[in-house]
Amino acid sequence: MQDEKRQIVFPSQILGDVKSNKAGKGTFIENGKIISERLGILNKNSEFLNVIPLKGRYEPVIGDFVIGIVEESLSAGWLVDINAPSPAFLHTEEVPWDVEFGDTDKYLNRGDTIMAKVLKIDELKKMQVTMKDRNLFKINNGDIIDVEPSKIPRIIGKQGSMISLIKKYIRCRIFVGKNGKIWVDAELDNIERVKKVIEKIENEAIKFGLTNRIEELLKKEVRNVQQ
Amino acid sequence: MKSDKVLIDDNGKRLDGRGFDELRNIKIEAGVLHRADGSCYLEWGGNKVLVAVYGPREAIPRHTQNSLRAIVNARYNMAAFSVEDRKRPGPDRRSKEISKVISEALEKIVLTEQFPRSSIDVNIEVLDAEAGTRCAGLTAAGVALADAGIPMKDIPVACAAGKIAGKVVLDLGKEEDNFGDADLPIAISPRTNEILLLQMDGHLTVDEFNQALDYAINGCHKVSEIQKKAILDKYQIKKEE
Repeated sequence: MQDEKRQIVFPSQILGDVKSNKAGKGTFIENGKIISERLGILNKNSEFLNVIPLKGRYEPVIGDFVIGIVEESLSAGWLVDINAPSPAFLHTEEVPWDVEFGDTDKYLNRGDTIMAKVLKIDELKKMQVTMKDRNLFKINNGDIIDVEPSKIPRIIGKQGSMISLIKKYIRCRIFVGKNGKIWVDAELDNIERVKKVIEKIENEAIKFGLTNRIEELLKKEVRNVQQ
Repeated sequence: MKSDKVLIDDNGKRLDGRGFDELRNIKIEAGVLHRADGSCYLEWGGNKVLVAVYGPREAIPRHTQNSLRAIVNARYNMAAFSVEDRKRPGPDRRSKEISKVISEALEKIVLTEQFPRSSIDVNIEVLDAEAGTRCAGLTAAGVALADAGIPMKDIPVACAAGKIAGKVVLDLGKEEDNFGDADLPIAISPRTNEILLLQMDGHLTVDEFNQALDYAINGCHKVSEIQKKAILDKYQIKKEE
C-alpha cells in the first residue's frame, strides 16, 4: 500500500467488475460494472472497492462527535447546523440543563456553538443530536477552524496520533468534530500556530508519511522559539 | 433568415475555417472559486462561463422541499456586458426557460435520493456570449458538480449541431447561429448515451435531424474527454508535487 500511488477517480469512471470485486461506499452497480459516483480516492479493502470523497458535505454517522451552530430555537428544542445536508434537531431532554417548555432561548440561541453527538438518523435522514455524553458543552471561547470533512481522519491520525502530536508541542485544548469543524482554545498566538499546522495537514492530506513531516515542522518551531 | 453572408466557402470551410464536424476551442478549469463548494470556469470559442455549485443544503423556502429527494436549482444568468448591446439585467423569459431545462437535465444525473429535503444550487453566469451558451453552461455545471463532490451517475455534457447553408454542421458559431437554418442543442450522459436535454430551433428533415444528432453526440464525447481531463488536472497536480 505504501508504494502504491493513490488513484483519483471521477464520477462515471468504471472501477471494476462485479465478479471479481464488491461495490463499497461511493459506488454503484450498472450492467455488472462497478462505477464511481463521486470525485475521490480509490480504496481497495479486501474485495470491496470504495471511493473516499475528496470534497463534499459531512455525511452523519450515529455516534460521531460534532460541532454545531444553533440555527433556531423552537419550543421543544433547537435546530442545529452540523454541516450536513439538512439541520439536526436537539431536544430539550438531550441537554445537560433542566429546560422548561418554551424556555429554550434562555439556554441556547441562534449563533451559539455547541459540541454534540449524533444520536439518531431515521430513514428520511432526519437527524437528532445530544449533548448528554462525556463532556460536551456550549463553547464560549476559543476559535473554530473549518476544514473539509473528508480530511478529518487525517487530522486525527492513526489512533489520534496527529492530534496528540499537536497537543504535545503546542499548549492548547482541541476538540475535533467529525463534521469538519475543529475547536481550539489557547493563547492567541498558539491558536495561530495550530491553524497553520492544520492548514498544512489539510493541503497535504493526500500524501504519505505526513505524521513524520508534521512532527519535524513542530520540532523546528519549538527550536525557533527557544533560540 | 435570408442573408448574403457566405457561411460555407468553395473549399467547404466555415467562416472561422472549421470543417463540418469540428468543435471550437474549449478550455475548462475546475475549482476556481474557494467560497463555493464546487466551481468551474469554461471558455468555448468566444463563450466565457463561470459556474458555482452550493450544497446539498437545506432547501429554502421550506415548501419547495421534497421529503424523498433533493431538488436541483440551476440559475442561468447572462451578464449585462455579455452581448453586443447591453442586456437588461435580471431574469427574462429566455433565461428562465434555460434555467428550467438545465435544472431538469441535472436532476436526472445527480443521485438526489441521497439528500432528502435539501437543494443543490447551481449558478451559471455567462460572462461573454457567442452562440451555444446553454451548452457551455451545462458542460461547466457538470464539472462544477463533480468538483463539489456531489454523487452523480455521470458527468453531463452538452453540445449543439445545426444546419447552415443547407449543410449539417457541428457547434454553430455566432454568425452561423444568426443566419443559419436550424440549431439543435443536446445534452447527454456520455457513459450511456442517454439524452438529458434536446431542443430544436428551425427546421430539419428526418435525415438531417438524425445526422445532426450523430454529430452532436460525437461532439459531446469529445467535450467529455476535456471535462474529465480538467477534473483530474486539478486534483492530480497536488499529488505529484
